Amino acid sequence: MNEQVREIGTQIKVTINGEEYTARRGSTVLEICEDNGIPIPTLCAHDDLKPAGICRICVVDINGGWNLETACTWEVHDPDTVITTHSPRIRRARRAILELLLAEHCGECYTCIRGGNCELEDLAEIYGVRDLRFEREDPRFEPDTSSVSIYRDMDKCIQCRRCVRACDELQAVGALGVFGRGPESRVDTFEGMSFDEAVCTNCGQCVAHCPTGALQEIDHTRAVWAAIEDPEKHVVVQTAPAIRAAIGEEFGLPPGTSVTGRMTTALRDLGFDRVFDTNFAADLTILEEGTELLLRLQAALVEGKDVKLPQITSCSPGWIKYIELFYPDLVDHLSTCKSPQQMFGALMKSFYAEEQGIDPEKMVTVSLMPCTAKKFEAQRPEMADSGHQDVDYVLTTREMAQMIKEAGIPFTQLKDSQYDEPFGDASGAALIFGATGGVMEAALRTAYEIVTGREVPFENLNITATRGFEGFKTGSIVLEDVLDEWSFLEGVELKFGIAHGLANAHEVMERLRRGEMDDVHFIEIMACPGGCLGGGGQPIPTTDVIRQARANAIYSEDEGLPIRKSHENPHVNYLYEHYLTDGPCGHRSHELLHTEYTPRGFRLKK
Amino acid sequence: MGAQMVLGPYTPGAAIDAALKMKRSDVVVTVRESGLRGRGGAGFPTGTKWMLAAAATGDEKYVVCNADEGEPGTFKDRVLLSDHADLVFDGMAVCAYAIGARKGFVYLRGEYRYLLADLEATLERMREENRLGKSIAGKDGFDFDIEIRLGSGAYVCGEESALIESLEGRRGEPRIRPPFPVSAGYLGRPTAVNNVETFALASRIMEKGAEWFSEIGTDESAGYKLFSVSGDCENPGVYELPMGTSINELLTTVGAEDAVAVQVGGASGEMVTRDAFNRRLAFEDVATGGSVIVFGPERNLLDVLENFMDFFTDESCGQCTPCRLGIRRLLNGVRDLKKGALSADDLKMLRGLSKSVAISSKCGLGQSCDTPFASILDAHLKGVAQ
Repeated sequence: MNEQVREIGTQIKVTINGEEYTARRGSTVLEICEDNGIPIPTLCAHDDLKPAGICRICVVDINGGWNLETACTWEVHDPDTVITTHSPRIRRARRAILELLLAEHCGECYTCIRGGNCELEDLAEIYGVRDLRFEREDPRFEPDTSSVSIYRDMDKCIQCRRCVRACDELQAVGALGVFGRGPESRVDTFEGMSFDEAVCTNCGQCVAHCPTGALQEIDHTRAVWAAIEDPEKHVVVQTAPAIRAAIGEEFGLPPGTSVTGRMTTALRDLGFDRVFDTNFAADLTILEEGTELLLRLQAALVEGKDVKLPQITSCSPGWIKYIELFYPDLVDHLSTCKSPQQMFGALMKSFYAEEQGIDPEKMVTVSLMPCTAKKFEAQRPEMADSGHQDVDYVLTTREMAQMIKEAGIPFTQLKDSQYDEPFGDASGAALIFGATGGVMEAALRTAYEIVTGREVPFENLNITATRGFEGFKTGSIVLEDVLDEWSFLEGVELKFGIAHGLANAHEVMERLRRGEMDDVHFIEIMACPGGCLGGGGQPIPTTDVIRQARANAIYSEDEGLPIRKSHENPHVNYLYEHYLTDGPCGHRSHELLHTEYTPRGFRLKK
Repeated sequence: MGAQMVLGPYTPGAAIDAALKMKRSDVVVTVRESGLRGRGGAGFPTGTKWMLAAAATGDEKYVVCNADEGEPGTFKDRVLLSDHADLVFDGMAVCAYAIGARKGFVYLRGEYRYLLADLEATLERMREENRLGKSIAGKDGFDFDIEIRLGSGAYVCGEESALIESLEGRRGEPRIRPPFPVSAGYLGRPTAVNNVETFALASRIMEKGAEWFSEIGTDESAGYKLFSVSGDCENPGVYELPMGTSINELLTTVGAEDAVAVQVGGASGEMVTRDAFNRRLAFEDVATGGSVIVFGPERNLLDVLENFMDFFTDESCGQCTPCRLGIRRLLNGVRDLKKGALSADDLKMLRGLSKSVAISSKCGLGQSCDTPFASILDAHLKGVAQ
């Protein structure tokens, strides 16, 4: 055993279907076959998740054993391994498994949200399934429409458990589990609660990892069509930073294709009256949240007050619900800043409506988000500081793409266009909010310059310590030669941390509770792996390779923008000069741009 | 009944004393040389399992006694635990000494809860007699204790990796194998999981020597075996017979001369019909964990098959597709056959499905379904019974 472990990674020769291949010792049969273009059907396997070996569709023959083994779980250690990936008994076993699944899978493909992007449908096509040898089962479940974010139709579930595993392995939430046994087994919430009552963060990683249409977002497209087609309504849309690097995938473009200009054209063609960039509000967030951090530091360092540090970001609604559920006693660490979506929503129906002379009653604010939790955030009762529900509807990247397709807009051929004023020309700092670490990088670019009067001392403003997909990153920057008004920060080593994926957030919060974060000043947490670019509302599939491609698109677009720092966004400065006249974290901004949190969970013992 | 070698009188502690006279590695060698194979039914060589567990690296190692006796028609472990618990627990201590474990678990079938108080009393007595605890029998550095955990009625928890999942407090579902428990078992550490009877026999082998055991039985199936005999016979009960005993001999012993078929190995076992009663109960012929169910000429074998398929359908953990969904289709097929609603083509398709389920399922539960399905169907079609 130890010898094997030591030798993992060395090259060995294996035989597959009679041909010799070189493989890395310790890789799975599935990995070896994928590397060599040998097709193996899969359903329960997902690059983000640990192998489970439960759907059994990937069975292969190892060394002619009496039974078959799953390619996704079988690690090759023995250099003489003889693998067969197709034979009569393999084909018969896979076909039996597929037909068994199809016979209890209820629902028409043409009314399914995943029609054309369904792994089960793909296999039915590959296997040429035209009829089933087994009698079809009747539906067993009522669809669960209780959640404001996620729709469950468990009659489409094939029990691959990717949702359960994503919720557990990536998010450490455990909203979903397996209950019952044998043919009665089912994926469900604890105690069979409806999704709105379950301990769920609405992050949508279950949806993003579902191979079929069993899990999907709650639909807002119909309401948005109605608004667009209502001549009485002034319908504005804001688009989150992570969309532009991903929505192209829905139109067949390779992951990592930045389509900002085509997207704004498409939205305008679709009938939105104004197309705004959420990045404006992201820049605003940096000023508010950066100021809040400096104020907390001042209170702690100068006034000796008991303020909560580290300050933790509040942009990600899945993360917010997570801390409210699991660490309700620690919500004071959160920045009081609303997320960019909600800052924007509040300003639409106040500042924008007033400037344009539009009755906010006749405004419909739509946001295009890579996120299912944003649907939850938008309907939180406190998100109505404009006097109306600040954001009316939230479309995921997938929903928006469907609307563009339905309208018949030739997305890939569109000419580029700009965002509408007065909220165009956002900074690159705002754009990188879409990637894990982006908020931190943006905040550092601004905070450092406010305090020292100089740009951050990194080549081309790129703070590489904040970038990459490591689960929890830390770093620091020393504040030297500060401006007079910030003299209390002279020589302070500003320490920061960045986590993405709620399982990593869980680790951070456990460490924080143990006092191991006492010397850290600022932490960025995003609910989804990779940050918003890997959000639960993004195109399916999302994997590490795809996340990296989207991140590359975002960072390269940042480098090409004329404005790279949030405090240089002219519209943000205009807003502070003319509307939020008492400045960042002032009274007016507190009314519109800041919020409070709802401790939801409880601790059995302190 | 029968030989009374395993079930005969035993001086508590004798096996531990004998083992402690040897080096740890010699205990393993003795068990290997005895030819003892796992009595749960799979027949893995016990000495090899202990050798692997002894060689595996881990800061802790564990001994687990699989007392989840759930195979339909099996009740010999209940007899061992009721009347010979010392023999079983001493065997666990011997294993602990051999592999270097300090902690053992008995995973006791939920339905055997009524045995718990007596078993706990036996463990307490063993602690008082220094057969458990620190420096057992005065041997410095040999510390071992046993904890009893109750199952909750799931058949699949008799599968060793599902048992370990259950021990760890999770839903009892089989794990991906390899790695096997001997290298990564309870809490990811090396774990020797053996059947109740295997531990009892290990004690006897310590007491009487490897040769005493290996001389009995056949070349590939050494020693004595306990058989749980039920069904259409005059004297049902637990019998102790040498491995290699023919079905004929067993049926004569239990008073079942007019039997037409026997189900050997429980629901997951094989049905043997009268024309093959000369076959031998041994790993190389008709393998069994000990369950022998006798069927007389009045029985409808399709009822038997339906009962077993219903059992598997219900007891499938639901984790893997072929077992969760395939066995139910086999059950429905048997019901259709009983109603006369199954065509020859349908039957052929079901036989193929049964093979596919067996070769593609994740654990022994689904993997073994074809043995009863095919053999009972064949017995029915031969018309040996009603």
